[in-house]
Amino acid sequence: MITGTPKPIEEILQMLEPYDNIVLAGCYGCVTVCRVGGEKEVEILASTIRLAREAAGKKITIKEVCLERQCDPEYVETMRPYVEDFQAVLSIACGAGIQFLAEKYLTTPLLPGINTGFLGVTERQGEWAERCQGCGDCVLHLTGGICPVTRCAKSLFHGPCGGSSQGICEVDKSVPCGWQLIVDRLKSLNQMDNYTKLKPYKGWNSSRDGGPRRIVREDMI
Amino acid sequence: MKSGSNLEKVLTAGNFSVTAECGPPRGADPEVVRKKAALVKGNVDACNVTDNQTSVVRMSSTAGCILIKEMGIEPLLQMVVRDRNRIALQSDVLGASALGVRNMLCLSGDHQKFGDDPQAKNVFDIDSMQLIHMVKTMRDEGIFPSGQKLDGAPKFYIGCAVNPFADPFEIRVPRLKMKIDAGADFVQTQCIYNMEKFKTYLDLAKKEGLHERVKILAGVTPLKSAGMAKFMKRMVAGMDIPDEVIKRIADEPKEKQAAKGIEMCIEQIQELKELEGIAGVHVMAIEWEEKLAEIIGGAGLLPRPVVE
Repeated sequence: MITGTPKPIEEILQMLEPYDNIVLAGCYGCVTVCRVGGEKEVEILASTIRLAREAAGKKITIKEVCLERQCDPEYVETMRPYVEDFQAVLSIACGAGIQFLAEKYLTTPLLPGINTGFLGVTERQGEWAERCQGCGDCVLHLTGGICPVTRCAKSLFHGPCGGSSQGICEVDKSVPCGWQLIVDRLKSLNQMDNYTKLKPYKGWNSSRDGGPRRIVREDMI
Repeated sequence: MKSGSNLEKVLTAGNFSVTAECGPPRGADPEVVRKKAALVKGNVDACNVTDNQTSVVRMSSTAGCILIKEMGIEPLLQMVVRDRNRIALQSDVLGASALGVRNMLCLSGDHQKFGDDPQAKNVFDIDSMQLIHMVKTMRDEGIFPSGQKLDGAPKFYIGCAVNPFADPFEIRVPRLKMKIDAGADFVQTQCIYNMEKFKTYLDLAKKEGLHERVKILAGVTPLKSAGMAKFMKRMVAGMDIPDEVIKRIADEPKEKQAAKGIEMCIEQIQELKELEGIAGVHVMAIEWEEKLAEIIGGAGLLPRPVVE
């Protein structure tokens, strides 16, 4: 899923300074699962903003909504009947969702209420960790199902570097060395042959470096 | 000869080689480089010039190489893949060769988190293994990795670094083999303090015949004090300093610890010299270049041979 973290309330209040009636839009997709931008978070954030603005003597009207998905046109369209009645939309969906609203509602300012994080997993209740950078050329079959691009702090293809110590990456004591994980897994799978092969230079053009990406499925159009 | 560098000549002639390093300054003053280099001159076969080590911004490695070359010291260019994509790497390889640099050490580079600019974007377009391959391809095939023909191939004696003490230990020798397969001519190791573990590593490398395919220069760093030893052990990932080494220096009174550190370093070089498969030493006297002559001379490695 796409993860995120709430922006500091001070930053949100500063963004909302010029407005006194807004839509606060959540999303039932990823951000609901990682509990940063779902229906419940819309309610809590709306109350927080109202209280803060009341305390500052500058009341604000907030319409609370939660779209099925902010990244799908059919759900984004559900806001059309009322969006122009408001001065701005504060969205707590991911960056993709916020931008999709912005490009559909050209005359309404869109404000981000969260900082979008990464493609990750729920390791345990309340803890998410990155697993994929969407580089567009998956090599997980060669690396024991552990991604060197994402899990190695240097995205090395022939790790681990000299900074790997007792399974920990030099970058942070809480970060496991991705290449230690890969080596351990390859050993247990009896696939160390994959380790000792010299890998070709990665083509980053399938990643963000090739410019904004697009997938076109002719069979679905 | 692959590059015709002095280091290559000395090693190829079968001499026990000596390299040291010179960290460029945090500023544009060339005198700082010249002062350090004056302490290196005559004591080594080539001198590494570091490339923004520990991710702290310094004068560029290529500029440092040229400054010491002007003084008659053979430079060894360190190049990291942290800050340059493959376009910049190839370009800098060509530029350094054009300026007459003939040795190069291919490194990944410390993560930017450790420097003054932890918010910097890192590159890591290719890794150090692939950089070795890139330089070898350019040198030996006269082409860019893209396949385009070079207008004059760069001439480098290609080096790599290894840390025999990082984890997991069992891939350390296979990884050295990969670097040799990729094109490394010589290797400089991380500073060695745990000689027993290093010998185990060397034995495994010799079993694979790697010492016959690559020149192994053993890395040493003289300890200035027990405090420095403890700090390095605690703070530097992959730095293995056994307690008995620390005890030996800690047992000395403070004012005698530096002299003890030098004595221990000389002893260690003499021991390394006797090991089959060790082709030389890389003496990293960090900000202590004034002791190089004493250490290298003390180990019986001066004067340096002149090989035509």
